[in-house]
Amino acid sequence: MMPIGDVAPELALAIGACVVLVVVLFVPRTLHWIGAPIAALAAVVAVVLAARLHVSVPPKTTFSGTWALDGFTAWTTYIACASTVFVAVLSPRWFATDARHGEWYTILLLCALGAILIAGAADSLELMVGMLLVSVTGYTLASYHRASKMCAEAGAKYFFLGALTNPILLFGITVLYGLSATTLYSENVTIGDAPIAMTAAVGAVLVGLAFELGAFPVHPWVPDVAQGSPAPGAAFLTVVPKVGALIAIARFVSFLPEAEVAWRPLVAVMALLTMTVGNLAALWQTDVRRLIGWSSVSQAGYGLLAVVALGRSPLAEPSLVLFAIGYALANLTAFAVVVDLRGRTALGDYDGLARTRPWHAFALVVAFLSLTGIPPLVGFGAKVALFGAAIDAGYTWLALAAVINTVVSIFYYLRVIAPMFTAPPPDRPVATLGREVAALAVLGALATLAFGLGAEVVLGSIDAGSVVSG
Amino acid sequence: MLTAAILVPLFGALALALWPGWRTATARIFGVAVAAIPLVLLAVAWTRFDPAGPRFQLVTDVPWIPAIGAGYRIGVDGIALVLAALSALLYVAAIAYPVHYRDKARQYVAWMLFLEGVSIAFFLALDLLLFYVCFDLSLLGMYFLILLWGHEDRQRAALKFLLYTFAGSLVMLLGILSLVLAMDPLTFDMRALIDARPLAVDGVRASVTFAAIMIGLFVKTPVVPLHTWLPTAHVEAPSPASTILAGVLLKMGTFGMIRIAFGMMPATFGRYAYVVAVLAVVGIVYGAFVALGQRHIKRRIAYTSVTHMGYTVLGIAMAASLGDGHDDARRLALDGATLEMVAHGLITGALFLIVGSLWRRGESFEMDDYGGLAKRAPRLTAAMVVASFASLGLPGLAGFVAEFQIFAGAVAIEPWLAGIALIGVVVTAALFIQLLHKVFFGETSERSAKMGDLSSVETATLAALLGLTIWIGLAPAPLMNVIDPASRAFLHSPEPGRTTPR
Repeated sequence: MMPIGDVAPELALAIGACVVLVVVLFVPRTLHWIGAPIAALAAVVAVVLAARLHVSVPPKTTFSGTWALDGFTAWTTYIACASTVFVAVLSPRWFATDARHGEWYTILLLCALGAILIAGAADSLELMVGMLLVSVTGYTLASYHRASKMCAEAGAKYFFLGALTNPILLFGITVLYGLSATTLYSENVTIGDAPIAMTAAVGAVLVGLAFELGAFPVHPWVPDVAQGSPAPGAAFLTVVPKVGALIAIARFVSFLPEAEVAWRPLVAVMALLTMTVGNLAALWQTDVRRLIGWSSVSQAGYGLLAVVALGRSPLAEPSLVLFAIGYALANLTAFAVVVDLRGRTALGDYDGLARTRPWHAFALVVAFLSLTGIPPLVGFGAKVALFGAAIDAGYTWLALAAVINTVVSIFYYLRVIAPMFTAPPPDRPVATLGREVAALAVLGALATLAFGLGAEVVLGSIDAGSVVSG
Repeated sequence: MLTAAILVPLFGALALALWPGWRTATARIFGVAVAAIPLVLLAVAWTRFDPAGPRFQLVTDVPWIPAIGAGYRIGVDGIALVLAALSALLYVAAIAYPVHYRDKARQYVAWMLFLEGVSIAFFLALDLLLFYVCFDLSLLGMYFLILLWGHEDRQRAALKFLLYTFAGSLVMLLGILSLVLAMDPLTFDMRALIDARPLAVDGVRASVTFAAIMIGLFVKTPVVPLHTWLPTAHVEAPSPASTILAGVLLKMGTFGMIRIAFGMMPATFGRYAYVVAVLAVVGIVYGAFVALGQRHIKRRIAYTSVTHMGYTVLGIAMAASLGDGHDDARRLALDGATLEMVAHGLITGALFLIVGSLWRRGESFEMDDYGGLAKRAPRLTAAMVVASFASLGLPGLAGFVAEFQIFAGAVAIEPWLAGIALIGVVVTAALFIQLLHKVFFGETSERSAKMGDLSSVETATLAALLGLTIWIGLAPAPLMNVIDPASRAFLHSPEPGRTTPR
């Protein structure tokens, strides 16, 4: 008898995706927005089911050891589903002028499902399946506006990089299978006497996962998607797959034999390059969405600090989850503002925003300050925990690099923030999309503050014991 | 009660931020009223504070993030109480003082009140995380004050200010984390850290941690050569914000040295006290000479801040030095350093307000544009004369008492360092006399001829600050009664059990 209840949240998402698909077949195009509430409902049901499992089932693997049922999986489910609800609310108005967009919600749900699959996978073949699901749906979301050149370019770049890295991932998985004769993570720990093959395999898997994380060296899709994709899709793709991949990397490395393969320095270097490249590229961007995209690359680098500290610092797991929440909230909030300003992205469109649209300005400022790590926003708590974890794990140099990067990053965030207060507003203020989108942006900003003040809710709920590991 | 002193201004700021209907005059009166409440509350706290009692009093301790050992912990010792009260007073003065609002009086007062709440929370914090949060937020508040209400080059100055000080504070964060991570179990409780002194053991980690914390505090204080943000920030900031910057925000650096570096890592500080003292003396002399070379009045006063904060750092370094048998001298130096913070807050705060008045009347900061103001504006002149003489350390005024104690302590411990530092006193005297002579006496310039005297609000505000300066200069005892026991606690706290880092 299969323990089917253990994957109830994932089933809810899959069923929700099918329901949306069938419903939009039969409703007129003007009613395609109906997909949004259905998708949101499916996501909420998934969260409830995941929370029940989280509370009642102690951390364990299930389905013959291929699926991890623990704090990481639960939190990824919460973040991915909450983000789906968020994006579902952003979408109907954005797509109101499109011929049809009902399937958009199906793809959102499937992409979220893929992200959860890679995070929960304790088996490399399952990881591969999840990666394919999240990639294929991701390409579709990125290039949804078929007529737009920018959109097509974003989708193509995303697709080509994915087509390159997915086989690399598969290569790594194959080598690992050759070494351990099984695809289970739990058997990776026992691999010995093959340091070169092992390092090659781990490197390949890390590169494969780095793609969805948007980490160096396979990050270039992120700014393009952020700039060119439909704005709600950009919000989704810069958050959900990235969070899933971050957790997936954390889970994968925690099952590696440290004596055989020096994964810690490998991830540390990846973290260093990711945050540095992202920040330097963001410095002189004149397009706000592209700037958010590059900032999102650098953020992935900070998140990897927690991965480096896994197993060496009790702060590693809590800081990872808190970072993921903080990053997701801030990025979604920033994109909600962009969406409500009808996707306007030139820096000049934000001049004087604090005067013309104070609430939008408030939300964007809070989002950027949280990404910088200004207290008492959630990004601050995350950075404190991340730096602490890195120092605790003996990676003080990496924490110092993160600090330098943080100082650099405040420069480009301020390039957006300062003109919102000082520059004269344009003659005709930018039109907005709708009340509920603006309200969502403000809500996101308030949540950023709430999770910052109430970081205990996250930090106190997860530790090394609530996560399955080797 | 202390919590109310923090929350009242924060809620005041929120009220101003959320409701757009405030008129300029109403916003300002509301701001002064709200800003005064913490002053009253802290005055009440002062009466309840027992100098002979336990080290930290009026403590509130509520769990905040127990997972990492952080709490909302506030309370006072003598030093914190004095500085918190000084901050509250300066905010009342700064908000009351007229400024060019640029049609945004509501936002201006809101940011000021926000800064007040944060600053008071900073001095009251007994939790390192809360301490750091307030430290960071004070930067943000000051950034917006400079950005939105500063002079011509405000954007660049605000950016430089934020980048520079934010970098410093993040380096300090690494130091704080390294210190805290040595505690088992993890806690940000200052009292626990002061008792345990987790990195009291010699070693590289203690030195690096100390260096990281001190670099962050050096930037904020500022100590030469990390001071370069200060002149631009002061010059471009609106004058009341300069008052806050000099009077409150700079104190955060030196207060941090006393609370964290000295309180939690006395052995390490002792080892490097000499280095810190030399840096302080370099700052004293350098600041004084550079100030002497400025014709720009505000920049000149900004550089005297470097000198005066140098005295404070010298006092702290002398107190932290491991001079055996110099206990009285060390205590004297720490008393003096604390008093210097108060004196500098009042005096330089007043000086910047006066410069603001000059700007509002003459629209220039250049000394050469003014002359013979004494005939035109006797009250303005009187205020400037008192403030200048206080700043250069004339006996009978607060600056003298503080500097005398610092030098008395320093002479006993490192006589030749004290001797070099005295150069700073001489040059400071020269530069203020020169300033007074040029601007207020001598030939009346065209610009000065058209200027009027201080308004009643300006007069009252300056009278309060300078009156206190005179009072402290004549009768420092009430203040010293509160400060001295706190200094004693630093020098005579029992040796902790030698905890090894994890």
